[in-house]
Amino acid sequence: MSKKDLGLLVLILVVGAVVTAINPRFLLPINLANTSNLIGLFGILSIGQAFVIITGGIELSVGSLVALLGTLFIDFIAVREMDWPLAFALIIALGAIIGFVHGWLITRLKMQPFVVTLCGLLIYRGVARFYTADGTAGFAFGQNFPDLEFLTAGRSEGVPNSFIAVIVIATVMWVVLHRSVFGRYLYAIGKNEEAAKYSGIRTGRVVIAAYVICGVLTALSAIYFAMYTRSISPASHGQFYELYAIAAAVLGGFSLRGGEGSLVGVLLGTVLLQELQNLVNLLGIPSSLNFAVMGGVILIGVLVDQQWGVFRARRRMMEAARRNVAGAPAE
Amino acid sequence: MNCGVMNYSETSFAPSTTAPFLSLEAVRKTYPGVVALDGFSMEVGPGEVIGLVGENGAGKSTLMKILGGVTRPDSGTVTVDGVAHDGLTVEASIGSGIAFVHQELNLFENLDVAANIFFGREPLKAGPLRLVDRAKLRQMAAPLLKRVGANFSADAPVASLSLAQQQMVEIAKALSIKARLVILDEPTSSLPIAETEKLLDVIKGLRAEGISVIFISHRLHEVERVADRVVVLRDGMLAGTLPKSEIHHDQMVKLMIGRMLKEREKAAEAGRAPGGVALSASAVRTSAYPDHPVDLELRRGEILGLAGLVGSGRTELARVLFGIDERLGGSVALDGKALRVGSAADAVANGIFLVPEDRKLTGILLDLSIAENISLPNLPAYAKRSLVSASAELATAEKQKKNLGIKAPSVLTRTGTLSGGNQQKVVLAKWLAMNPKVMILDEPTRGIDIGAKAEIYGLMRSLADAGVAVLMISSDMEEVIGVSDRIAVMHEGQISGILDKDDFSQENVLLLAVGKKPRPAHAVGGPQ
Repeated sequence: MSKKDLGLLVLILVVGAVVTAINPRFLLPINLANTSNLIGLFGILSIGQAFVIITGGIELSVGSLVALLGTLFIDFIAVREMDWPLAFALIIALGAIIGFVHGWLITRLKMQPFVVTLCGLLIYRGVARFYTADGTAGFAFGQNFPDLEFLTAGRSEGVPNSFIAVIVIATVMWVVLHRSVFGRYLYAIGKNEEAAKYSGIRTGRVVIAAYVICGVLTALSAIYFAMYTRSISPASHGQFYELYAIAAAVLGGFSLRGGEGSLVGVLLGTVLLQELQNLVNLLGIPSSLNFAVMGGVILIGVLVDQQWGVFRARRRMMEAARRNVAGAPAE
Repeated sequence: MNCGVMNYSETSFAPSTTAPFLSLEAVRKTYPGVVALDGFSMEVGPGEVIGLVGENGAGKSTLMKILGGVTRPDSGTVTVDGVAHDGLTVEASIGSGIAFVHQELNLFENLDVAANIFFGREPLKAGPLRLVDRAKLRQMAAPLLKRVGANFSADAPVASLSLAQQQMVEIAKALSIKARLVILDEPTSSLPIAETEKLLDVIKGLRAEGISVIFISHRLHEVERVADRVVVLRDGMLAGTLPKSEIHHDQMVKLMIGRMLKEREKAAEAGRAPGGVALSASAVRTSAYPDHPVDLELRRGEILGLAGLVGSGRTELARVLFGIDERLGGSVALDGKALRVGSAADAVANGIFLVPEDRKLTGILLDLSIAENISLPNLPAYAKRSLVSASAELATAEKQKKNLGIKAPSVLTRTGTLSGGNQQKVVLAKWLAMNPKVMILDEPTRGIDIGAKAEIYGLMRSLADAGVAVLMISSDMEEVIGVSDRIAVMHEGQISGILDKDDFSQENVLLLAVGKKPRPAHAVGGPQ
């Protein structure tokens, strides 16, 4: 764990301690379970976003995708009475295809990630609303999917299965991002795509793969969100979720320029965001201030992190200068 | 060394024996742990052209900062125009007529020449709107441009000018503030031959007007031609001063590094009989000159120098051969077999490697460590089940670091903190760690100090000796002639001629570079 991640963890614990001191209900099992369920849902989404951000891209359409794919999923199993594993696979495949199309537009047709995914944000939201004729997608009375419900909204030993899912996904993705050849390519491209290309990396393919991963994880989280809310009104479901995901990554030390950030970081970022949401509820802060609190904390967090970085860079330079006494002088 | 193609008036302005314009006495400047300047003294007379040379890290930049008033010396005096200072301020530096022309130009490309020269000092029209008086602006700029011998007008957009022309704008800017000492920091390092000539003429013009010049350059032959006196810095100290009669390339090198240099000579003499054709390009067309097909054959075991003016299509050819740019036509064959190079990845897979022109942007990833840079092109080879093995990576990096003499605390050091020469060695190392068949080097020694240069020449030669086909693009005439086994010269996107060792001369290269026939004393191969 890097120092940055450690700092974030300390912040999470300090905020937790302060909230507990003011309102001990923070530590009630029911509150912890609810919060960790949300951490699971948003965590899956944010990890996907992190893979895109590491390449220096951005994926703005994930909130709308959560709405569209969630709507489709519920429609598939509740209305069309498709077997849920098949519907599950279809949704995941759809997420992968959408990710691929985004990546393809960005790498082959040289469109800007912001533009491509902003259009996606508008398109998928519109399609989702059209699909249900602006109605609500939900289950009929008495419709039950015991296995699916256990996997998505159930608990094992009191721990939400969504939380277990995010831990499993995070572990796998940690290996991919920090230990695999592909992960190294992602960082290299994020740092300097040109130089990566000149080193013989097929940068286009790697970037497309990042968007596909984001699409798949978004699809997965869309299913989790759908099974959590159990009814979806596509006009508002998943709104601003892309910003939660981006905020989690930024809080976790990702640079929007790419090439920087760790998987532990984005996970801790998600935890902190959900903790803040919880704090607003528990401390009786008007819920209308919800976004303001989040925005303020992110701003301060990033500011502190940056100033700390400047300070460290300066110290490193002084040290290097000192080490160079005998060697070539720094000009 | 004058090749006599360009004519300029030899207006040798005799430095007056009166008081020097600038004199530094026992200037010392230390940074934490580093003595950048150690009791350095020098004088610059009015109308004198001083060549200031020294390796990277010798203290030139610190000296420039002191003269520009950016840093204060710890001790010593700086006397400008008879006024002694403990240290200059930026205002005092500008006020006493010291002007800088930096290697990286500070021009606004979107503005025209006149606007750049008088930026921040524009003449204004009367009236409440305070509009810029464009007519007057041009009027004021015209005589300055004439003084620097500009062949472009005051309303030309800077973006449309060549590098040398942009440098003239910088010099005109210096003249506009009534400069009495113009300091040129590596002005020719990115200039092609013909443009360099123009710049040297401008320097001579300044001298004729009685303006002093400090000319900093790694290109010693240019220093030789233009300087009245050469000051050599080494390790922050004055290594020596050479009067006009003693300015000689080898003498400067000796003072700069404290020993004579053998490597380049070694690189040059080794040239043995080359093997068969490794890489051949037939009728290849590039984006730079889509209508001009290029034919080129590169043999195993040779260093083929690719000379020509900047913009003659050399870099574009290299980029096409390496798969970065799309090939617009023609074919490429490696070892006689047709080759499809659709991307750099294809080229790398076939053992065709490129050391690109822009080291920091494309050669290496500055944020990654030495080890990560070296393993990057061949990463799957360091991985088991696609998980990277750090130990394999480090072992290779250590080996390359030792072989190439990369100076760094460890292989985990960020490459961004290394000197230019060591960065270039990392670029080489990442390819040497694989099996090169064809190595293309684009301006491999630009901005690299003379010691590292020699090592890179040595490396190229040992690559060639090992049977690798080496293609070296270079605008540095000494380098092309000193290192190559054959020289191909490009002119407007085509090979205008190929010179064999017997026909090597600056004149021949220059003639071919401008599209003329080389001197007919020797037979010359190649088309046209």
